[in-house]
Amino acid sequence: MRSRRKLIVCLAILGGLHFVIACAGFFSPYDPTTQNRDWPYAPPMRIHWFDAAGHFHLRPFFYPLQLHEGAFNEYQQDTTHPVTLNFFMTGPRYRLLGILPLHIHLFGAGDTPVFLLGSDSYGRDLFSRMLFGGQISLLAGLLAAGLALSFGLVIGSLAAYLGGWGDEILMRLAELFLALPWLYLLFAIRAFLPLAVSPVEAFLLIVILIGTVGWARPARLIRSVVLSAKERDYVRAARGFGATGGYLLRRHILPETLSVMLTQAAILVPQYVLAEVTLSFLGLGVPEPVPSWGNLLSSLQQYSVLTSYWWMYLPSFAMVPFFVGYLILASALQERAEGPKI
Amino acid sequence: MRYILNRLAHAFFLLVGVSFLSFLFTTMAPGNYFDEMRLNPQISPDTVAALRAQYGVDRPVLVRYGRWVASIAHGDLGFSFAYGRPAAPLLWVRARNTLLLTSVATIVAWLIALPLGIWSAENRGRLPDIAVTSATGLLLVIPDLLLALGLLLLAVRTGWFPTGGMVSVGFETLSFIGKLRDTILHMALPVTVLVLSALPILVRHVRAAMSEVLGTGYLRAAQAHGIPRRTLLYRYALPAASHPLISLFGFSVGTLLSGSLIVEVVMSWPGLGPLLLEAILARDLYVVIGGVMLSTVFLVAGNLVADVILYWVDPRIRVA
Repeated sequence: MRSRRKLIVCLAILGGLHFVIACAGFFSPYDPTTQNRDWPYAPPMRIHWFDAAGHFHLRPFFYPLQLHEGAFNEYQQDTTHPVTLNFFMTGPRYRLLGILPLHIHLFGAGDTPVFLLGSDSYGRDLFSRMLFGGQISLLAGLLAAGLALSFGLVIGSLAAYLGGWGDEILMRLAELFLALPWLYLLFAIRAFLPLAVSPVEAFLLIVILIGTVGWARPARLIRSVVLSAKERDYVRAARGFGATGGYLLRRHILPETLSVMLTQAAILVPQYVLAEVTLSFLGLGVPEPVPSWGNLLSSLQQYSVLTSYWWMYLPSFAMVPFFVGYLILASALQERAEGPKI
Repeated sequence: MRYILNRLAHAFFLLVGVSFLSFLFTTMAPGNYFDEMRLNPQISPDTVAALRAQYGVDRPVLVRYGRWVASIAHGDLGFSFAYGRPAAPLLWVRARNTLLLTSVATIVAWLIALPLGIWSAENRGRLPDIAVTSATGLLLVIPDLLLALGLLLLAVRTGWFPTGGMVSVGFETLSFIGKLRDTILHMALPVTVLVLSALPILVRHVRAAMSEVLGTGYLRAAQAHGIPRRTLLYRYALPAASHPLISLFGFSVGTLLSGSLIVEVVMSWPGLGPLLLEAILARDLYVVIGGVMLSTVFLVAGNLVADVILYWVDPRIRVA
């Protein structure tokens, strides 16, 4: 009972987090690729509820930034003119979930730019880029996990079904893939693929790459599940009653693999999100100007950014709650699969 | 002895498989080092063709594989197009640095993980256990990229540690002690990241293996005989729990190698990682293959060491 509640709470929180990222257009005040050349490297702005005199304001406000005299990227707060945040205001157009054209944003401040997490070298809002970057990274992780699991399902059940030589060859191949340090393998294959490609191509390339490299572990797991399921008494009984191979697979064997697949998915998705982040961080993944959690961080490879613009590090925290969620989800699914503990 | 030979043969076939697989991938590659050269108007097509023929890029994959294996016999590991010299010397220097980083990280990680895991298993369900489990859980969800960038940011802003490279300027002039101190200071950050990223899995496995052993009847009997706690834990329980942990040792080498790739790039540690990245961006084929091969060799060697230790520790394997 406790593990069931854990599962539901965990799924609800993860669902909420994914919802925010999926509706990034609504939750972010700006378009992720719009440049504000007047505001490069603006520091994060704090949202206040209490003004300097200690009075509470129902509507939160912030102090707009002003350029320092004579500097091009040093700012100071203009505390004399607080600007209140507007909620559900119209702003730049976007497509909700990629379909619904809208221009309502959760918050914004009209003509005064509000950078919750600061802005980057082109004056793009980091908060918006973080939310939109999540779309790319999470989608890559989910699709790659789906791909790896489908490969694993097909190859694993094929190996279990074939047995003998076919099984031996497939499992030796899987061992080969597992033997390599997987990041090196990913790198090696990426090395032989074209480097300068459009963002969409790069995205697909990465998804296919990660998904293909990752087939081995799920394949081995599914093979062992199918092998043990094949020998169950009820499966033998069904076979004895004349059930066909397809029927057995559909009704008895594949449902057995479902819980393993789900647990694997919960383990693989964060791993593959991280793989995308790593590749994009190193410039081998989704290229600018499209944001991803990886290429958002790549500016930190410059020493000047490290010394002066620490807020470029902030978007990286976005992935942590997702990883926590998936970790708890995986353990809850595992508990459920193992049945109640005595 | 047959067991060890068996493992050696297995490792050998693994390496052959990996090398052949990476060559196979190169044939699927659309483009190579010379394609980019062809775009350069200052280099005539004839020169490119001559270079292609010289390096044998236009040959079928099996021929190239054969030549590559032959070059291993010469100790060359293929040829770096970008550097214009054999790949092996390039790779060796970098591999040595990677090895230094990962071996220190492995030792430190195990030295921390063992007592921590044992302590946690001993106090199962009590405060120390909860503290250790939640701390490792937290570490588990923070990716090493984040950890590396965060520590680098900290180092840059506080100036407590050098922020890149392996040695300071003027390293050659230092005394031996000074050199040692300088290298250790430069290693501190990357090793910390690697240890922190490897630690949660190690601690959890040590804890699981130890709590299983601590629950057995013979240990409770030993406890009832009044054997002191420390002897009980380290002399009786740990050897009994060592089997899965030694296998884990081989696995941890692989994790640390993958981790060190990204940590090296972030912290500009002159190891295999940055070299590999450069080679990928320059399409320097043999350096990429060599880097992957070397890392595989390290991994396989780590597993072999684990197998040998297992053979030495566990009499059941020797008999079987």
